[in-house]
Amino acid sequence: MFARLTPGAGIGENLVSHAEDHEGTRRDFLYYVAGGAGVVATGAAVWPLINQMNPSADVQALSSIRVDVSGVEPGTQLTVKWLGKPVFVRHRTGAEIQEAQEQDAEGVDALPDPLARNSNLNADAPATDANRVMPSPEGEAPGAWIVQMGVCTHLGCVPLGDAGDFGGWFCPCHGSHYDLAGRIRKGPAPENLPVPPAEWTDASTIKLG
Amino acid sequence: MSGIPHDHYEPKTNGEKWLNSRLPIVGLLYDTLMIPTPKNLNWMWIWGIVLTFCLALQIVTGIVLVMHYTPHVDLAFASIEHIMRNVNGGYMLRYIHMNGASLFFVAVYIHIFRGLFYGSYKAPREITWIIGMLIYLMMMGTAFMGYVLPWGQMSFWGATVITGLFGAIPFVGEAIQTWLLGGPAVDNATLNRFFSLHYLLPFVIAALVIVHIWAFHTTGNNNPTGVEVRRTSKADAEKDTLPFWPYFVIKDLFALAVILVVFWAIVGYMPNYLGHPDNYIEANPLVTPAHIVPEWYFLPFYAILRAFTGEVWVVQFASFITGGIVDAKFFGVIAMFGAILAMALAPWLDTSTVRSGKYRPMFKWWFYLLIIDFFALMWLGAMPAEEPYATFSLIASAYWFGYFFVILPILGVIEKPLPQPETIEEDFNAHYGKADADATPAE
Repeated sequence: MFARLTPGAGIGENLVSHAEDHEGTRRDFLYYVAGGAGVVATGAAVWPLINQMNPSADVQALSSIRVDVSGVEPGTQLTVKWLGKPVFVRHRTGAEIQEAQEQDAEGVDALPDPLARNSNLNADAPATDANRVMPSPEGEAPGAWIVQMGVCTHLGCVPLGDAGDFGGWFCPCHGSHYDLAGRIRKGPAPENLPVPPAEWTDASTIKLG
Repeated sequence: MSGIPHDHYEPKTNGEKWLNSRLPIVGLLYDTLMIPTPKNLNWMWIWGIVLTFCLALQIVTGIVLVMHYTPHVDLAFASIEHIMRNVNGGYMLRYIHMNGASLFFVAVYIHIFRGLFYGSYKAPREITWIIGMLIYLMMMGTAFMGYVLPWGQMSFWGATVITGLFGAIPFVGEAIQTWLLGGPAVDNATLNRFFSLHYLLPFVIAALVIVHIWAFHTTGNNNPTGVEVRRTSKADAEKDTLPFWPYFVIKDLFALAVILVVFWAIVGYMPNYLGHPDNYIEANPLVTPAHIVPEWYFLPFYAILRAFTGEVWVVQFASFITGGIVDAKFFGVIAMFGAILAMALAPWLDTSTVRSGKYRPMFKWWFYLLIIDFFALMWLGAMPAEEPYATFSLIASAYWFGYFFVILPILGVIEKPLPQPETIEEDFNAHYGKADADATPAE
């Protein structure tokens, strides 16, 4: 402060003008360093308080589960819990497969969401019935099994099976209709039901994750 | 504190002087309690006291409920039943807390619509209005998280749907949702943090209430005429006002007593009337209740959330111009929060220089229609998501936005207001007759 006093300038004047003075003095440098350190320290102190809300290690530990589907008769659906969310394992009947293929014939461009949303395929795979279903185990018609997250893509409710205007799933919360391949057809949901990573480990067991 | 001229606290005894020179707390309380208040306030001006009472009631009953509640997914539901069956008077405490939330929202909605009709939001009371809107948002957050704590089916699925709103935000939505939930789905981490915040937020609300009161004590109360209290002299101001204590305190307490008669009747005889039976079923992540309905006080905004589906042209237009970033889901979320934001912006959307709706012949009708619209939305929010309710919801939502963004700005320009009284005193005398002796403050 004293070093900056200029002849003829009162102390008060000098104090006022200092705030306007942006020349790179040592004092200004100290302000910036102190201010910068304050910001960094605040950030460092706040971040753990925010980060503690992210999923904890036990929740993060990615799990994969094996599901025995030998008891799932055609025309029924098994709901299992995986990563805290329901997964639908649907065994379609011949009539349902046929109906799904008829729905498929309308073409993916007519769908609100033209992408398959299948974790087992490329992200840009089109939402055809074939891209939505599991490969069938030997001795079963193609398209007999479809596995998807039972979580409505609107706001996360569990859709009801065998319901809605398209014979597939219907979300009771806000009225989203999904067809027999779990594709959104009508209502507020923006995307098709996602297909989780799934594969056959033997003829009657599906591994999720 | 107030800009209205009035007598301030003068310490008289030596003890008072001693305290006042060290901490002027008595003076602060005295000036707050003796604030000159427009003497023509009608029964719509009692809701502030009712709201203050509700906040105290919820904090007190909440603190004792916490002494018996366990925030864990395996134990929460059972601990609520423990409160209901085993804890001494526990069922009563919980029923008061549950229905206290409803009384809180009844009062806040009437309080807000009072402000909308009498123009209480207009200059110079914008800050009071904005603080009030913040309190209302905090109330909604607190009530929502409180509803999750019993860990019933509605708790779980309500939490899933509402946190899903944040998942709708483009790009970062899913990360935010996971952060809020503490995992991929609503689970123990979610329950614990909601419990923590449900306990915290009421105290934040209490602090905001003090700021709210501070703000309108600075500007003075609005009143049914919307005409300002005369500040030309203390004598003039006293012709327009009476001190808050005892005149308005007694009036407000009388109104509170009447309201509490109804409240206790509901708590005592129909405590579950406003609740949902599904919440007495323990939360099950694999089964969604057939019909998820939020608590009644969220229904109007829930109806707006659901109204904007992919088939609505504004949604398609928004999706088109943003290249698909704003989809139907995100649009619904924007609409819901936008409906509340619209209210918060009322001070700047309303172009009329006349405050009170009493002197606005056209405004009146649009306002009454807004009230009807509010109840219509509340009804529609409880209906299933199908026709004809979907179309009605869309029309009702459109009116809500139309009122704030089109009607309020235009009315101020085209409407010819009725003559307003010169002073509050004139309005008061027109109603109650000129009675100088009675109207003089007791002081």
